[in-house]
Amino acid sequence: MTGLTQLSAAELAGRIHRRETSAVEVTQAYLDRIGAVDTAVRAFLHTDADGALAAATAVDQSLQRGDAPVSLLAGVPLALKDVFTTVDMPTTCGSRILQGWRPPYDATVTRRLREAGVVILGKTNMDEFAMGSSTENSAYGPTRNPWDLDRVPGGSGGGSAAAVAAFEAPLAVGTDTGGSIRQPSAVTGTVGVKPTYGGVSRYGLVAFSSSLDQGGPVTRTVLDAALLHEVIGGHDPLDSTSIDAPVPPVVAAARAGATGELAGVRIGVVSEFRGEGYQPGVLRAFETAVDRLRDLGAAVVEVSCPAFDHALPAYYLIAPSECSSNLARFDGMRYGLRCGDDGTRSAEEVMSLTREAGFGPEVKRRIMLGTYALSAGYYDAYYGQAQKVRTLIIRDFAAAFEQADVLISPTTPTTAFRLGERVDDPLAMYLSDLCTIPSNLAGNAALSVPAGLSDDDGLPVGLQVMAPAMADDRAYRVAAAYEAARDAADGGPLWCRVPDLEAVSR
Amino acid sequence: MPTISRDEVAHLARLARLAVTEEELALFAGQLDVILTSVARVSEVAVEDIPPTSHAIGLEDVFRDDVPRPGLTQQQALSGAYATEDGRFRVPRILDES
Repeated sequence: MTGLTQLSAAELAGRIHRRETSAVEVTQAYLDRIGAVDTAVRAFLHTDADGALAAATAVDQSLQRGDAPVSLLAGVPLALKDVFTTVDMPTTCGSRILQGWRPPYDATVTRRLREAGVVILGKTNMDEFAMGSSTENSAYGPTRNPWDLDRVPGGSGGGSAAAVAAFEAPLAVGTDTGGSIRQPSAVTGTVGVKPTYGGVSRYGLVAFSSSLDQGGPVTRTVLDAALLHEVIGGHDPLDSTSIDAPVPPVVAAARAGATGELAGVRIGVVSEFRGEGYQPGVLRAFETAVDRLRDLGAAVVEVSCPAFDHALPAYYLIAPSECSSNLARFDGMRYGLRCGDDGTRSAEEVMSLTREAGFGPEVKRRIMLGTYALSAGYYDAYYGQAQKVRTLIIRDFAAAFEQADVLISPTTPTTAFRLGERVDDPLAMYLSDLCTIPSNLAGNAALSVPAGLSDDDGLPVGLQVMAPAMADDRAYRVAAAYEAARDAADGGPLWCRVPDLEAVSR
Repeated sequence: MPTISRDEVAHLARLARLAVTEEELALFAGQLDVILTSVARVSEVAVEDIPPTSHAIGLEDVFRDDVPRPGLTQQQALSGAYATEDGRFRVPRILDES
């Protein structure tokens, strides 16, 4: 592994822009790293070396001409979750039904990355259509956790998180519907941010649950996440749920946080997210993080959000309901797989056979769950009721943010579990997202920042920081201050302690 | 609360256009029952007078100026199709005669 892959995106960009190294050299270093370790990690579904090197060359040529860098991340490589459309690479969403599909248009996130000179290395693995918490629901096989290859990297964005943790990319983009950015980040020791709903365009993000889906950054440092957030965020007329307001000043907040204290900042510990079902080592790491925040001058208060106890069931009614409707588009007619079209079968029969062959078990379960929750006679008791619970969760957040500037909790109740451990028990799998779901239902900003290793199994723990809608910068400020204090106390960043994968892969 | 029968799961699969197998029916019936029993807890929450939320941010109608902008070309729109004919999507018969 060359030194280049160990640098933060901010540092890489600085070196590229000062012409101390080139974007091509950096891109090649990452492509080499992918070649060395991805057979073991399997973070990528597709890599595009030629396209990446061409994009890097364009950045180098522009800098050579004396042009100013087109963005603060120009020339820095990135791994893109395979749920964003790309004209030059397949977009499969981890599903057989879209195997080899080449979209005819770029997602807004993809376009913004290209316009910012960010070098897209390839597309990362994910649970099929972002439904899952382990990446084991990918039709193309699971991704493995770089900290322990027998364990899951979380999900659905396990590929993006593993790519960043394994130094296969300094930056990645994920999507978070119930925790699919934050939970993988927590279990791989990376930083993952779910921006305020509407902060990042969903145009070209293949829809799972439209009122919850949100793209966001996955990185090794808080500042890198902020830099990427500013590249991909902002109003997009092509997404009518996109917020027509400036991106919150997240880069300034990350920089201020890293140098400053937290005097005067009120931090609320969510009392519902502790206790039974939480791994003791995770809770101890969380308590240490709380002490560290207090040492930084923050005022820590206890807040209660009783409706959060109902967030998980409400989510598993709302998300499947929206999914059953969104995934109706996969009918085998206009794109994707078609099965059983023998000239005698009807379109309806062909559609049923196509979906049977093209979707995996979790997607089928959720489609049927949503179909059930939306059916006549059950609608009020399930979907209608879940929407009302959603209102209660929003009210709990509003009340808590009266008492505290940000809220904190463990990101996920346990560290990374073993591959296969929860595949046959959907409910156990769903519990991975217990702490992350409320922020999806309420639409506010939330991130996960590494909080050291659990003392009972030596695996990464995530600290979740939640901020009000459009106050994403608050979460960044607190996370950056915490990250700086943690690194100083631990004698270096957590990611320095990832096992040597090249030795393992050999 | 719910116990979902195999027949109900078969009905849901038909509604959802999923040609599930017999083995899947048995598996899904058990799993959906566990999941539904767990999520049914939402019905215990007292929510009289609570308005439903369909969208977290207050979503209002969004307008834009009525100016034409390019969409996909016919070739792009057809580029992912399983079968095309005369520049159109070719689909199986849409009427079931049985």
